[in-house]
Amino acid sequence: MSISVGYYPGCSGSGTSVEYDKSTRAVCKKLGIELNDIDDWSCCGSTPAHTVNHTLSAALSARNLVLAAKQGQEEVVTPCPSCLANLRTASRKIEDETYRPKVEALLDESCEKAATVASTLQLIVEKVGMDAIKKAVVKPLKDLNVACYYGCIMNRPPELMQFDDSENPMAMDNIMEACGATVLPFPLKVECCGAAGGMPRKDLVTELSGRLLDVAASLNTEIIVTACPLCQMNLDLRQGQVNRANGTSYDIPVVYFTQLLGLALGLSAEEVGLSKLVVDPTPRLRFAGVL
Amino acid sequence: MRIGVFVCHCGSNIAATVDCPAVAEQAKKLQDVVFTTDTMYTCSEPGQNEIIEAIKEHKLDGVVVASCSPRMHEATFRRALERAGLNRYMLEMANIREHVSWIGKNKERNTVKAFELVSIAVAKLRNDQPLYANKFDVTKRVLVIGGGVAGIQAALDCADAGYQVVMVEREQSIGGKMAKIDKTFPTVDCSSCILGPKMVDVSQHENITLYAMSEVEKIEGYVGNFDVQVRKKATYVNWDNCTGCGACMEKCPSKKNVDKFNEGISTCTSINIPFPQAIPKKAAINPEGCLMLQKGKCGVCAKICPTKCIDFEQKDEIVTEKVGAVIAATGYDMFDHSVYKQYGAGQYPDVITSLQYERLMNASGPTGGHIKRPSDGKEPKKVVFVQCVGSRDPAVGRPYCSGFCCMYTAKQAILTKDHIPDSDSYVFYMDIRSPGKGYDEFTRRAQEQYGVQYLRGRVSMIYPKGDRYIVRGSDTLAGTQVEVEADLVVLAVGAESAKNAPALAEKMRISYDSYGFFMEAHPKLKPVETNTAGVYLAGSCLGPRDIPTSVGQGSAAAAKVMTLFSKDKLESDPQVSRVNTSRCVGCMKCAATCPFGAIKEVTDRAGNVKAEVIETVCQGCGICTVTCPQGAIQLQHFTDNQILAEVNALCQAQVDF
Repeated sequence: MSISVGYYPGCSGSGTSVEYDKSTRAVCKKLGIELNDIDDWSCCGSTPAHTVNHTLSAALSARNLVLAAKQGQEEVVTPCPSCLANLRTASRKIEDETYRPKVEALLDESCEKAATVASTLQLIVEKVGMDAIKKAVVKPLKDLNVACYYGCIMNRPPELMQFDDSENPMAMDNIMEACGATVLPFPLKVECCGAAGGMPRKDLVTELSGRLLDVAASLNTEIIVTACPLCQMNLDLRQGQVNRANGTSYDIPVVYFTQLLGLALGLSAEEVGLSKLVVDPTPRLRFAGVL
Repeated sequence: MRIGVFVCHCGSNIAATVDCPAVAEQAKKLQDVVFTTDTMYTCSEPGQNEIIEAIKEHKLDGVVVASCSPRMHEATFRRALERAGLNRYMLEMANIREHVSWIGKNKERNTVKAFELVSIAVAKLRNDQPLYANKFDVTKRVLVIGGGVAGIQAALDCADAGYQVVMVEREQSIGGKMAKIDKTFPTVDCSSCILGPKMVDVSQHENITLYAMSEVEKIEGYVGNFDVQVRKKATYVNWDNCTGCGACMEKCPSKKNVDKFNEGISTCTSINIPFPQAIPKKAAINPEGCLMLQKGKCGVCAKICPTKCIDFEQKDEIVTEKVGAVIAATGYDMFDHSVYKQYGAGQYPDVITSLQYERLMNASGPTGGHIKRPSDGKEPKKVVFVQCVGSRDPAVGRPYCSGFCCMYTAKQAILTKDHIPDSDSYVFYMDIRSPGKGYDEFTRRAQEQYGVQYLRGRVSMIYPKGDRYIVRGSDTLAGTQVEVEADLVVLAVGAESAKNAPALAEKMRISYDSYGFFMEAHPKLKPVETNTAGVYLAGSCLGPRDIPTSVGQGSAAAAKVMTLFSKDKLESDPQVSRVNTSRCVGCMKCAATCPFGAIKEVTDRAGNVKAEVIETVCQGCGICTVTCPQGAIQLQHFTDNQILAEVNALCQAQVDF
């Protein structure tokens, strides 16, 4: 199988979540997917841009899609759901012939040709498929209870994302099951973790992320699996803050699905960047025989 | 020919945006028109009298009424013509309301268009011929499809009036949804106690033939003379001999079948009688669960049966019945709640539907009327009801209000308190819709006397916490988010059209809406009739209905059938196709395109093949007339000459007002 697509790591991929970027690249290579970085890519606009100016936000994201098209890529994938939302929104806006000129005026170039965009999760589910993953697994994740947490924007709004069920997504659940893990029915899989509220309203994050950890713990979750850099950060990096605020003492590792998938495919702890995580997953992974 | 034109104001409906006097004045110039006038309400008694007087005074041969849709008042005006001694088909209507005044605001252009429609009508009328109806016999038997409360009422009313009734029920027993319900609102009387006697009446009435476990396969024919094929599905039990003793059920070793009557909250044996009051009280084998039919070994029921009525070889059987009218009372289905993934419906054992809850409360239900959680059998102390699950939600394709959920939820909340006095109930609602007699008082009683907590807002999600459930929603009156911890969650699921309803509608040649509910002929004035003569509707097949309305409609449909049967002969509509045999070359293309099978092949005296229209079957759609390469087949009242005259009239020079 040879799949070749454009790749947009996003700012978090080169900063707060380098381990997501690293494990994504390693897993894709292992699965026969060629990721072609977009030369000179820029920030998608993240959370601030669209709250200030919709056209500017669309232009920031559209620039990347136009660059990718110039490089000969029809499709771009990104690991970050927030980047995905911005890129998708931009690509929908430039399809609108009345809106496109506004974006083109800002970019000073034509947006007629632009790449489409999907998440790496969608790419793996739809282009690789569970059967291929099952065949490629060399170290099954057996004896590991995982809860898959998608966050609130990976599948929503459904008209924009057009992937999986918006209330009960199963993409990561299926991947983890294909890797041999025991997947717990995590009822809060699309709840908000508090997102960027961590800066201005830490209390909100400790409440919302706290609830996620409470329910995960009540299910005997050994590892939480995520697909969003911000969700991962709130649950992992801030787990200490959450514990202090709520009087709890959880130490549930929170990993990217690409990290666990990578391990199952035979990659080393180093290759998937396990050392970057705050709550150390290695004791449990070792106990389960994965490491 | 002498033609009169009457332009109707319809109050301000037409006159506000059409210059009616000007249209009437201008119409005087049309060929053959000898009298014109404009009237406030042409359909009123003085309006009709004006037409009658004008016909007599001006010796009119035909009348044009420019007013509303012919669907509304064509019959009214035709009767007026008859009273004046004219043939009823010497009338033409110009629809200047729905086609002009209601859709345009420009008075000048509306007036021009109204006049154009009048001139078209005059042109056609100049080519009209008197038509005369034929008479034919009526078979005074009625088919009732569906044995729910609406169908039962309709069947009993017709049978009591002395007519033969054929009732076809898809399930093993009649009774429908009402038989599954524990208590009715707002009187809180026992549902099966008031329905049971009616069900027994159906089985014992000498005029009623009941086919249970049967479906209508085909309906052919026309009002007064329908041929119906009914498929009696194999039950693997000879019902002529089965006494309903239930010995087979006791001994059947296969006990893990989904109990459909108990909405899947319990299991039953492969050979089963669904409930103690079932009518007919006969056992049937579920072939999917039966060890004998699946694996070829067992046959315990056959050995034990005292009347030896088990027959593993039984096949479906088709019976044919002749009837004169059809009443469809096929009811509804409950919405499939598993669409709401955020409620975990279908995944969490203690998140159940309202109908499942009814079975839990019912003395003949799987728990003997004790409310127990399906997961662990414990008595729930905190029950949360979630309304509008599959109602008023465009996101799941059900934007309509199901109508009865507000009431049954209030009833269930009241009964919960009766069953478990130390319990608390919460109801998440959007609005309380309780417009029936005694209904609003009832929902108030739930809140005020029974202390049921009503929270206005949709539930966003339900998730388990330990062995309880967190129901999270908004309280839009308090403006906050709320979370309620519950032992049991009951989803008030809405109603949707019965499975395969559109397919049945097509068999009956009636229309249905985009949700699959059957369409009445007129939403206000013909609530139980359809646009197909002789086919009537009752109950929830028209849309969600509560019991009183369903019963009322059952009686109404029966009354319509009795009206039909009160005549010994029916008049056929002469607006049907007719073949000009001297032009017909016998190609039979018309027969191939006729959707109603109304054209047959005949041979004339010289041995030539000719087409012939079966007048009573022809629906007057006109497809054959455009198919005929010879122009030999013509739809009476809509002949080529009449339509060409209309087109020519429209092509005349425009008149300015």
